[in-house]
Amino acid sequence: MDAIELGIVALKCLVIVAVLLTGFAYTTFLERKVIARMQQRLGPNRAGPFGLLQPAADGVKLIFKENITPVGVDRFVYFLAPIVSMVVAIMAFAVMPVADPITVTIGGQVREIRFQLADFNVALLYVLGITSLAVYGLVLAGWASNNKFALIGGLRSAAQMVSYELAMGVALVSVVLVVGSLSMNDIVDWQVAKGLPLIVLQPVAFGIYAITAIAETNRAPFDFPEAEQELVAGYHTEYTGMRFALFFMAEYINMITVSGLAATLFLGGHHLPFVERFTGNLPWFVDIGVFLAKVILALFLFIWIRATIPRLRYDRLMAFGWKVLLPISLANLALTAVVIAFLAR
Amino acid sequence: MSGLDPAFLIVGALAIVTAVGMILAKNVVHSALFMVAHFGLTAVLYLLLSAPFLAAAQLIVYAGAIMVLVLFVVMLLGRQEALLDEPIVGQRWLALAALGVLGAALVRVAALGVPAAPEGGTAVVPPAFGSPAAMGDALYTQWVLPFEVVSLVLLVAMIGAVVIAHFQRRPRNEKAGNPAIAADATEIPSPRA
Repeated sequence: MDAIELGIVALKCLVIVAVLLTGFAYTTFLERKVIARMQQRLGPNRAGPFGLLQPAADGVKLIFKENITPVGVDRFVYFLAPIVSMVVAIMAFAVMPVADPITVTIGGQVREIRFQLADFNVALLYVLGITSLAVYGLVLAGWASNNKFALIGGLRSAAQMVSYELAMGVALVSVVLVVGSLSMNDIVDWQVAKGLPLIVLQPVAFGIYAITAIAETNRAPFDFPEAEQELVAGYHTEYTGMRFALFFMAEYINMITVSGLAATLFLGGHHLPFVERFTGNLPWFVDIGVFLAKVILALFLFIWIRATIPRLRYDRLMAFGWKVLLPISLANLALTAVVIAFLAR
Repeated sequence: MSGLDPAFLIVGALAIVTAVGMILAKNVVHSALFMVAHFGLTAVLYLLLSAPFLAAAQLIVYAGAIMVLVLFVVMLLGRQEALLDEPIVGQRWLALAALGVLGAALVRVAALGVPAAPEGGTAVVPPAFGSPAAMGDALYTQWVLPFEVVSLVLLVAMIGAVVIAHFQRRPRNEKAGNPAIAADATEIPSPRA
């Protein structure tokens, strides 16, 4: 790895962080606008044209707020928890392919630039592994805050995420069985080569993934760790200012990540699997647009669901995860395995 | 990989530090956190040893699931400082003796020598090494018996946990349901005992 290559990697890291943070800001804006419209309100419309500067105003407000540290907190863990949430949220995006690689000539050398920070043969497992660490931010925040509501929020998040992670993992294994690879690029290429997105072949897996993704990101109707009617604000009750903002950012970045994963695994990633049979391979900037459009579509669904479905009851949530989602995903996995075994002969 | 890869040494040293921290931490949650960090660093060690699948599995299973449940239980029990008395008489001396034996074994193994890297510094890793397919292949052909035995052990543990939880709850239910049968719940002989 020479200096230029190192520079490219550093640049990619910067771009990912910058894009995710901007994406976070405007996802909150999108959410407020969409929910407002669904409730026949206008939503934020004072800061800038159409309220477009509202996220910036929010950011400034949060930065200048006082950071209050309550008495009796476990200081180290209290400071650590929001950082864990944020770092884990950003890390998960590293393996997401956003466009086809391009070749450029830098200093007389032809180099291939991938629109992806890293691709290794277990990229999907990497994402699952990193996202499974996201729960620590919530659990530790809940424990360190020395507050009953926060503690219950943290406990709920631990139980919920462990239960739903399992169904999600099993659902994704059936996708891996179909493709025969854990690499993100292989999964996208497979969908392009076959000319159909995996959502057609694995609708059940997609459904389970969509439900568990909402639970994993703690979004309504599964937002138990911070259920405001019961727990004040759940795990982040005792957090203010930028420390609270880090949790907020992590939640929205996680939404973007699971949406990107849904686009990559089930919707053909940065390609248009069926359309590209007629148009040929599209250039890289169109790829980015296609990927972005799919992510925004998924984010819109997230928001739509939040505006539509009320929160479940907590015991129903656990029962649904263990008694409905997990058996269905296991049956889907077994069925997929059997079909593949017979087709292979 | 040459034995003196600086990244390997740094990560290994950090892994040892976190392991020691886990033992020395007075607070149970801090102890668990050290353990999570240790598991994460172990995953990095696997990555450095060209076994990305193992690294991901380590993260998902140990750091992502098992330690979350450990934390869950610790938090349910509330904030407790570590017990300072010794449940087993003289356990520190016993631990020291066990450490001595293990240390001696380690020194002996080190004296036997690690397989030397071939000329040119780095050993060549076969392309499929550590891939999910290679792991699965080894697990379900060469090591199928130990694998099945382990899953049996886990099943037994699971049934055991269910039985313990079940028996603790059952007499109370009977007491509530029919006081004539269970006047004193603790004296009911369990049907499976």
